[in-house]
Amino acid sequence: MTAPLLELDRVCVDRGGIRVLDGVSLSIETGEMLGLVGESGSGKSTLARAALRLIEPTSGAVRWRGRDLLAFTPRELRAARREMQIVFQDPATSLDPRMTVAESVAEPFEVHRLATAAERGDRVTELLRRVELGPELLHRYPHELSGGQAQRVALARALAVNPALLVADEALSALDVSLRAQMANLLLDLREGAGIACLLVSHDLRLVASICDRIAVLAGGALVHLGPASGIASDTRHPAALALVEAARPGIRIGRET
Amino acid sequence: MLRVRDLRVSYGVPGGRFAAVDGISFEVGRAEALALIGESGSGKSTIALSLLRLLPEDAHASGRVELLGEDLLELPEASLSRVRGSSIAMVFHDPLAALNPVMRIGAQIAEALRAHARLDRRVAAATALDLLQTVGLAPQTAKRYAHELSGGMRQRALIAVALACGPSLLVADEPTSALDAVTQRNIAALFRKVRRERGIGLILATHDLELAAELCDRIAVLYAGRIVERGAVSDLLSKPRHPYTAALLRSVPPGLGGPRVRLVPVPGSPPPSWARPSGCAFRDRCSRALPDCAAAEPELTGSDGREVACFHPVEAA
Repeated sequence: MTAPLLELDRVCVDRGGIRVLDGVSLSIETGEMLGLVGESGSGKSTLARAALRLIEPTSGAVRWRGRDLLAFTPRELRAARREMQIVFQDPATSLDPRMTVAESVAEPFEVHRLATAAERGDRVTELLRRVELGPELLHRYPHELSGGQAQRVALARALAVNPALLVADEALSALDVSLRAQMANLLLDLREGAGIACLLVSHDLRLVASICDRIAVLAGGALVHLGPASGIASDTRHPAALALVEAARPGIRIGRET
Repeated sequence: MLRVRDLRVSYGVPGGRFAAVDGISFEVGRAEALALIGESGSGKSTIALSLLRLLPEDAHASGRVELLGEDLLELPEASLSRVRGSSIAMVFHDPLAALNPVMRIGAQIAEALRAHARLDRRVAAATALDLLQTVGLAPQTAKRYAHELSGGMRQRALIAVALACGPSLLVADEPTSALDAVTQRNIAALFRKVRRERGIGLILATHDLELAAELCDRIAVLYAGRIVERGAVSDLLSKPRHPYTAALLRSVPPGLGGPRVRLVPVPGSPPPSWARPSGCAFRDRCSRALPDCAAAEPELTGSDGREVACFHPVEAA
């Protein structure tokens, strides 16, 4: 049996003397969509960052393709980072305001020395096409983009290095309903087309349940539920998970077939 | 109570002006709740701001905004402060930006009371404590600063400030979209409670169809600065007639436990206001569009409070 793509083993993170992540163990398989839900302050973003070693866990182990990520040398970490990418909630603050779309999307190629300067132009256009953006945006600056466009540019940047794992930290939360659905479908397409695994961090349980294979629920820094997305409403007993299920109750009855 | 007639708002940009709100009319009765549903750029926030005359300097508004018979757009600045707070109050999207960071919560509520009601300092402080209780915050919250509160507590504090002078109409612009799902439900419950207890009218600008369904009596769906469909909540959501409304509803994830379905988003994105197509502004993204949709702009027509602006509406099943 091959090792999971990413594995967290009893990971704890302390911040200012407070345990914000408390012994979390979970794994993500290659090509899996794992949803991570919980209320504000439950530790979702901390877990996402600890999983990529953007913050150092206080204790526990993080394994990337079966190897101890926390023991990686800077050089090994850099190589591994090429395969793990993160998209944040607010694209306005994750894109460099002084770089055009073309420069932002080409930057990962330079950082990881991936394509020749001559190839980069075509690769950038191709990446924009994958996130359903037209080449007319190439020379725009972030402030000239809508929120949905900026978030797609952030995603294109993440895809530039052919990652095996994409962490979307509330990356859909600030978007309007129809754009959110478009991005959700885009993540599904990336999984189906390129086998990219995704850790989708969100407080929107219904959205997560509609696209993920499994769902993990965090409360107070601890993992309180982990199971198939289809069973989230029936399998969970934990009050914090039940509160999310209750909050996700559909508020409207709509005819889906028109 | 509130009657808006042919409201048009344009903003100045380099090279001209563009219409953010393009001829909108609606009414809100006493204690009634109306949702303005729209996505980014639909004009919903601009409408909300025009109702309190809080538009930025470069905005130009025309039409009429009558509150209890008075046209707010014509009102001199001095009289506006009488209307704001006591007749109509606003709950903003981002409570951290809307609350004063260097003033204790209790003092901010008392300030609102004293600005509009000329209350004695001690009476204002006591009333502030009552308001905190109304919005479900502990009395000790009065001594706290905004940064010491959670997002949900801040939104509660902001609602307390808005309620301070007993407005008859609340205008709320995406009041829950910065909050997590559980807190969203709690804030929605608070809106229901204060409306029930105080008989306050509500105008809710949001892209969240479910929040609108939970809090409002009627919905007006906005697209590119115009109302494209309007009706009673249950009727409009169960039998959408405008293709845009129908498409928005298909973007909403289904309930838990059912089979996984792929969401059907509205294709593309709304046109920027300087590049709207001729005729119907939605036709580029519409699966029902025909050549006549490009020729003229459909008017909002209908009867019995159910109106749609479309040449080829979805037929009622």
